[in-house]
Amino acid sequence: MGQITLNKVRKAFGDVEVIPPLDLRIEDGEFVVFVGPSGCGKSTLLRLIAGLEDVSSGAIVIDGKDATDVPPAKRGLAMVFQSYALYPHMSVRKNIAFPLKMAGLSKSEIDKRVDNAARVLNLAAYIERKPGQLSGGQRQRVAIGRAIVREPSAFLFDEPLSNLDAALRVNMRLEISELHNTLATTMVYVTHDQVEAMTMADKIVVLQAGRIEQVGSPLDLYRTPSNKFVAGFIGSPRMNFIEGPEAAKYNAHTIGIRPEHLDVSNTEGAWKGVVGVSEHLGSDTFAHVLDTGLSEGMTVRASGEVALNHGDTVFMTPQPDKIHRFDEQGLRLS
Amino acid sequence: MARKVTSRRMAIVTVVAWAVGFAIFFPILWTIITSFKTEAEAIASPPKFLNFHWTLENYITVNERSNYFRHFMNSVVISVGSTLLALLIAVPAAWSMAFVPSKRTKDILMWMLSTKMLPPVGVLIPIYLMFRNLGLLDTRTGLVIVLTLINLPIVIWMLYTYFKEIPVDILEAARMDGASLKSEIIYVLTPMAVPGIASTLLLNVILAWNEAFWTLNLTAAKAAPLTAFIASYSSPEGLFYAKLSAASTMAIAPILIMGWFSQKQLVRGLTFGAVK
Repeated sequence: MGQITLNKVRKAFGDVEVIPPLDLRIEDGEFVVFVGPSGCGKSTLLRLIAGLEDVSSGAIVIDGKDATDVPPAKRGLAMVFQSYALYPHMSVRKNIAFPLKMAGLSKSEIDKRVDNAARVLNLAAYIERKPGQLSGGQRQRVAIGRAIVREPSAFLFDEPLSNLDAALRVNMRLEISELHNTLATTMVYVTHDQVEAMTMADKIVVLQAGRIEQVGSPLDLYRTPSNKFVAGFIGSPRMNFIEGPEAAKYNAHTIGIRPEHLDVSNTEGAWKGVVGVSEHLGSDTFAHVLDTGLSEGMTVRASGEVALNHGDTVFMTPQPDKIHRFDEQGLRLS
Repeated sequence: MARKVTSRRMAIVTVVAWAVGFAIFFPILWTIITSFKTEAEAIASPPKFLNFHWTLENYITVNERSNYFRHFMNSVVISVGSTLLALLIAVPAAWSMAFVPSKRTKDILMWMLSTKMLPPVGVLIPIYLMFRNLGLLDTRTGLVIVLTLINLPIVIWMLYTYFKEIPVDILEAARMDGASLKSEIIYVLTPMAVPGIASTLLLNVILAWNEAFWTLNLTAAKAAPLTAFIASYSSPEGLFYAKLSAASTMAIAPILIMGWFSQKQLVRGLTFGAVK
């Protein structure tokens, strides 16, 4: 079991309200990602669920029981920290065994579980080493090992991959997703990286200034963002926004079109511009098009290698069914 | 930009460092040398540095006249006892100030430190009367209590500085792992702070060992530590510098030896938190 419900949860530090009253339901076995820019309150929200911060008002219900005033240790949750937070004076074995020792398990049971976790996470070769002798990726695995041995009802991850290099990050992302498939335990994952959110989540919670902007599956958010913020935050490169007369043609204050939903031509199209920087990745070509006569420059994504070079004149045509319309408040128009 | 260190500069710094070190150590060295002189040579003018008749007679006399071992044991019990008691109180206090500070934490820390600025003689009479009424005069227990209280601010301050260096994430991880407050302190905080606790312990033992005001004023015979042992050679029968020096040497020798072997810990402890 690992169902978490937040009822009107609010958090203020002194007079500063960092999370206005908020409702959220996380189903058992779900992989939920909190995503948002720095300072949006996503880590604070996770710490409220963990019990490391007290809620100012509202209730947190875990598996049907009110856990608002339950100390962190008694909530049945395990957490993986950004800094890994391993115990530097203990070996890998003792680090992983620590929560089991605290739970008062027998030595044989502890050894069995630790060996099992070490095997699953490929840590057997390092089991007697201290955290200081491990690489970043290995430390992260120890931190995950320490979390899984407890068999918690939910895992909480606080930006666990942000200290790793790019290649390792992709690997660990896959490992965590794989772990979720194997354990089928609820996971709540905080990140500012929308690629992590899109690739790992069953459900994404987009936050801004402590408020939930939208909750939905990655593709829901991609296809039907409920406002301009979500539209701009989800998807890479970010969505192009156009205001003014062009938007008015579509009966909107602003229209949004993703770079991959613009058809590019050398001869004709809806909007004309000059290529500024173009990025050739082999699999894709990104071109930043300037002098479009629109409210801002446009980014175009073409599949495969396309001959778009600096100074070229290009024409762009939006795919009509992929245009997102927003009103003056930035809310989606259906 | 890194400063260029020339060999001339190094030489000057080395000479100055040795000179300062020697100047600080000289009184101790002089005491040790004097302890091997006869009383006449000890007060000779001009003073003799090494060219005198070396003798152990002062040590023999001092040992015949006083019970060194009893004073020594009193010093050990009082300094170690007061240090352990202070740590027992200071670890949780420093924990709470470092990890769950309130608005007034800084004020409390400053207030505690301010008690060190009070001249001890200002509270001698009330404490003396309290000790008399409680039957604590001339007892090891009484001295352990008073030295604990005197050094507690420094112990708390030192531990507070160490604890501040420990990432709070690690303690939170322990909390998530099911550790109670007690387990958190015993299994995570304390082992991580061992170097800091060790140097605090050493420094406090030295402070307690050297404490002379309270140990002299609150003891007579039974609980008198080595400070009283030295003092007993200072006045009533006129000044006997050589015997006084021998007594002093014997009193400081244990702590000097301990300090010598633990100097690395002590230096680390005293400069901890100063450089970030």
